[in-house]
Amino acid sequence: MARSITYREALNEALTQEMERDESVIVMGEDNAGGAGAPGEDDAWGGVLGVTKGLYHRFPGRVLDTPISESAFIGAAIGAATAGMRPVAELMFVDFMGVCFDQIYNQAAKFRYMFGGKAVTPVVIRTMYGAGLRAAAQHSQCLYPLFTHIPGLKVVLPATPYDAKGLLTQAIRDNDPVMFFEHKALYDLAGPVPEESYALPFGEANVVREGGDVTIVTLGRMVHTSLEAAERLAADGVQCEVIDLRTTSPLDEDTVLESAEATGRVVVVDEAHPRCSMATDISALVAQKAFGALQAPVEMVTAPHTPVPFSGRLEDLYIPDAQRIVNAVKTVTGWTR
Amino acid sequence: MTDTIERRALTREQLLSAYRMMRSIREFEERVHREFATGEIPGFVHLYAGEEASAVGVCINLDERDAIASTHRGHGHCIAKGVDVGEMMAEIYGRRTGSCHGKGGSMHIADLSKGMLGANGIVGGGPPLICGTALTAKIRGTGGVGVAFFGDGGSNQGTTLESMNLACVWNLPAIFVAENNGYAESTASAWSVAADNIADRAAGFGMPGVIVDGFDFFAVHEAASEAIARAREGGGPTLIEMKFTRYYGHFEGDQQTYRANEVEQARAELDCLKRFAARVTETGELARADLDAVDAEVATMIDKAVNEAKAAPLPGEADLLTDVYVRY
Repeated sequence: MARSITYREALNEALTQEMERDESVIVMGEDNAGGAGAPGEDDAWGGVLGVTKGLYHRFPGRVLDTPISESAFIGAAIGAATAGMRPVAELMFVDFMGVCFDQIYNQAAKFRYMFGGKAVTPVVIRTMYGAGLRAAAQHSQCLYPLFTHIPGLKVVLPATPYDAKGLLTQAIRDNDPVMFFEHKALYDLAGPVPEESYALPFGEANVVREGGDVTIVTLGRMVHTSLEAAERLAADGVQCEVIDLRTTSPLDEDTVLESAEATGRVVVVDEAHPRCSMATDISALVAQKAFGALQAPVEMVTAPHTPVPFSGRLEDLYIPDAQRIVNAVKTVTGWTR
Repeated sequence: MTDTIERRALTREQLLSAYRMMRSIREFEERVHREFATGEIPGFVHLYAGEEASAVGVCINLDERDAIASTHRGHGHCIAKGVDVGEMMAEIYGRRTGSCHGKGGSMHIADLSKGMLGANGIVGGGPPLICGTALTAKIRGTGGVGVAFFGDGGSNQGTTLESMNLACVWNLPAIFVAENNGYAESTASAWSVAADNIADRAAGFGMPGVIVDGFDFFAVHEAASEAIARAREGGGPTLIEMKFTRYYGHFEGDQQTYRANEVEQARAELDCLKRFAARVTETGELARADLDAVDAEVATMIDKAVNEAKAAPLPGEADLLTDVYVRY
């Protein structure tokens, strides 16, 4: 049995092991060490939530603090990737994509195609997403649908410490640009993680719970909320299959469709806004390719089409909870023509 | 025009090479201008004619360790960094034999094997990328430099200013080359740049800023070689501003009603090729016959490039879906 470590520690371990394995792996971002140029401690922070703590001293010259200047350093990471490095840049909150998006979607994502297959851009952009910390409208968004929409990017959302380590390792070894989404409410989640290095392939969803009555397709933090709902439903005799997509690009269509064919009832649970989202994407996929098997319309459980509110009372209403998932499952099981 | 700069000696081979590159760019652009008018070239093209001394005066100091990033107006930078002229022409014609197999076009010609990170369809897109190649050279200790070319329009983009700051903070071997040709599209740089000179902004980042007559190859070469040598030795970034004008519109088809008739005067009195030829023949470093031979050789090369591009196959249907990812 593997020891139990947190999601944060699992990410740190993946970075450490990959930096040891490959000298071309470098890390950069705001306060990734912390304290640059300041009179106190070096490596003061290790990133705003401590994911890169300890790397600065362990890998001299390979952990770079940056000015608060996302276009410049995200672009620099992309440029360094084209020159043979494997940079892992940290975009502190994905909400800050607005001040560097051009470098990601017009530069990194397009180089390979636009240059006729001659470019390789192995950059990883780690970023925090998601609501739940009362961080309000500009520090709580999901936004992974925006990146999933862009050909040339890969989009990864680990839900557990085990996946965090294995998917980050794969992201660093991968030769395409990877957007790596870390849910800020998961950093302290502990779980079993092997000590040795391992990589989890992209495009392979994880069936985290098997069941024959309803398929719940979800991702990121919502995996845990969905499991909680599935547990409650099992007490009522409804068996849910819970699928963690793990990566939205590439997308494991087969696992989703096989389960949908088997259960005939699908609920998609997504913390992002409801329009042009993974929820609508999966719903369309199932409607188009598993239509004959469906015994009820697909239900979507998502955040509302609003900015993320600050007040805890409102934010708790905003984030999909287990009860809403239970209700959606009951809707699809109770549906009659 | 008299030369006030004590210039470094260039060998006969270097002089011939510089002239060949400048002539190649001019011939390439003049030809694209004529061919575009026939309607055979698709999309947008932005011609570099008039600005040749900048690309060549900078790039003649570079080698395989070095990378450059370019602009909308990128043909000149590509040629100066050694991208194959035939492949470039084929790319502009959207052919499968092009530098990017017809998937990039004029605004995205690139050859990473030559350290050419691409013309760029985004104004200010290149400078952050060059911070990355310069960082790579610094970490690996190659002695390489990165050169970001951008226009007066790009000089006002946040990406460019952020990159200058980052390059100075990280003390990167990066050179910022502002090609101030007087107009960002149709808007005068005298109006849009809130400083007398783009180079004045260097002081705000604590790096050297140099203003150069962009029509004078020797002045460009002098400024660039000094900045590049300093960067290679760990002395950090430099901002160089070229002042000149472009001979054509922002894009082909631009009626240029916003301009006075400065192009006529520039072509007659300031032209970089004319001045180069006058200088080297005056000093006896090259003979008129040497230059004529290059002119003939370049004319043949461009002719061949156009003929081959026109005859080359278009991309196939299967090419639509390839090379989005290395592996998906």
